[in-house]
Amino acid sequence: METILSLKNLDKRFGTIHAVNNLSFDIQKGNVYGILGPNGSGKSTTLGIILNVVNKSSGNFSWFNGKLSTHEALKKVGAIIERPNFYPYMTAVQNLELVCKIKGIKSSKIEEKLKTVNLFKRRDSKFRTYSLGMKQRLAIASALLNDPEILILDEPTNGLDPQGIHEIRQIIKDIAANGTTILLASHLLDEVEKVCTHVVVIREGVKLYSGSVDEMTASHGLFELKVESNQDKLISLLSKFEGILSTKIENETVIATLNKPVSAVEINNYLFKNGVVLSHLVKRKPSLEQQFLTLTNKIS
Amino acid sequence: MLRLLNIEIHKLKYNRASKILILIYFLLLTSIALIAAIKFDVGPVKFHLAEQGIFNFPYIWHFNTFIASIFKFFLLLVIVSMMANEYSNKTLKQNLIDGLSKKEFILSKFYTVIAFALVSTIFVFLVSIILGYSYSDFTEFSIVTTDLEYLFAFFIKLTAFFSFGLFMGILVKRSAFAVGGILIWFFGESMLKGYLFWQFKDLENTSERVNSIMQFLPLESISNLIKEPFTRLSAVKTVAKQVGENLSKDFSVQPLDLLIVMGWTALFIYFSYALLKKRDL
Repeated sequence: METILSLKNLDKRFGTIHAVNNLSFDIQKGNVYGILGPNGSGKSTTLGIILNVVNKSSGNFSWFNGKLSTHEALKKVGAIIERPNFYPYMTAVQNLELVCKIKGIKSSKIEEKLKTVNLFKRRDSKFRTYSLGMKQRLAIASALLNDPEILILDEPTNGLDPQGIHEIRQIIKDIAANGTTILLASHLLDEVEKVCTHVVVIREGVKLYSGSVDEMTASHGLFELKVESNQDKLISLLSKFEGILSTKIENETVIATLNKPVSAVEINNYLFKNGVVLSHLVKRKPSLEQQFLTLTNKIS
Repeated sequence: MLRLLNIEIHKLKYNRASKILILIYFLLLTSIALIAAIKFDVGPVKFHLAEQGIFNFPYIWHFNTFIASIFKFFLLLVIVSMMANEYSNKTLKQNLIDGLSKKEFILSKFYTVIAFALVSTIFVFLVSIILGYSYSDFTEFSIVTTDLEYLFAFFIKLTAFFSFGLFMGILVKRSAFAVGGILIWFFGESMLKGYLFWQFKDLENTSERVNSIMQFLPLESISNLIKEPFTRLSAVKTVAKQVGENLSKDFSVQPLDLLIVMGWTALFIYFSYALLKKRDL
């Protein structure tokens, strides 16, 4: 598989703050990656470093196996970070023409890309007259102009209304379906879960997990249990059962996490024999959100 | 190089404020010709400024480049804002992400500065040629081509001054504050000059000693390049002679001054690049 981007022991300090701590991971062609992390975990800083706008303190990164210098490589990349930044006095078309000049490509694709993000009707309006959602869509059009090898998106739905969020996600899904490699930084887990195949979880600049989404959510699952009365007895029985790692109470529901495969029949049978009758029993796979919280809470 | 210049022109040509300032600047340059129209004709007093020799070759090169350089502040505003706006619009960040290197970014601005200086120089050359051939008493080719170094000095002067503006734009990141910063710098140099005069006041060659230090400062060296042309005018000289004042000043362009100014230009561009390289955006 072709490696598009490779990070090795990347480190960044802002004074006393250690924003990125010894971070290493690779981006392979054709996958959709999510960088997950709470606000201020170093996601944007990491992207800033690989995009040539933040200086690294130490470590290395290379684009396309080091075949190209960073700024040459960026001409083959489409990236949107934080807020869309364009010249407010230029129209959408004029702004995109400038991007074409910088990337050294023909401006023939402008019309097509504006249609992709549904901005073609407003192509001759000045950028400053755009709503946030339109600005964000223009940013996506701009990132797609060169049919990039990889699309980098940093919090692409931040600050948008539900309609806007939906539109942007649809665009991202369409792009991913075309086989474009995507690197998506977000703190919105359902967003990552919906579009990504791989995740990198970071917290306070440290990598906690990197691998496929399926592996991350693949555990033996958990049970949600409820009883009318005698909850304490239920918990003590559960903690004696082999295969149950831990139990906790959430909104009057007992959550039992498993460390080996246990079927609902087995557990129901065991509890009934010991005199506990359940009013509610569900076996579930943990969501990415729960896995993420488990991961990020482990250290703290 | 053309690609970088083309990028910068694209940014400027859609900016209305810049376009208006550039237009005003070139109108003002053309307005030098209006001096020719200054004419008093009140009874016995007849005075026509154009006939007083200000448009005589080769003096016209000195006079016009000096007057034209007064208008450079209009272009300075364009230069400072084209730099500082990249920061306030955060488009600098976007340019880098789109694949412009930091070096290319600075170069594209510097090429624009050179282009502005070059176009101004050519413009002043054309205006002077036209005015000269209309009003000069001497139009022999050898006289017309004398003292053309003033045009070169004018070009170097503008390049240096705009490079200074570029540097301040990067340093301060806000147009208004950058222009303020340039004023403060100017006051700083003036205060230093005043202090030096006070320091050396008991020595006999005070102003020479002050100048020997001041000539190395950026704004002072830029303004030294083309010395004021008024006391050189023969009309004024005649008057001065009658009063008994000695006017043996050297008005020519000094190679040392050129060297100092070009040195500053290089430093300003280098520091702009170093600042940009060091900063996290």
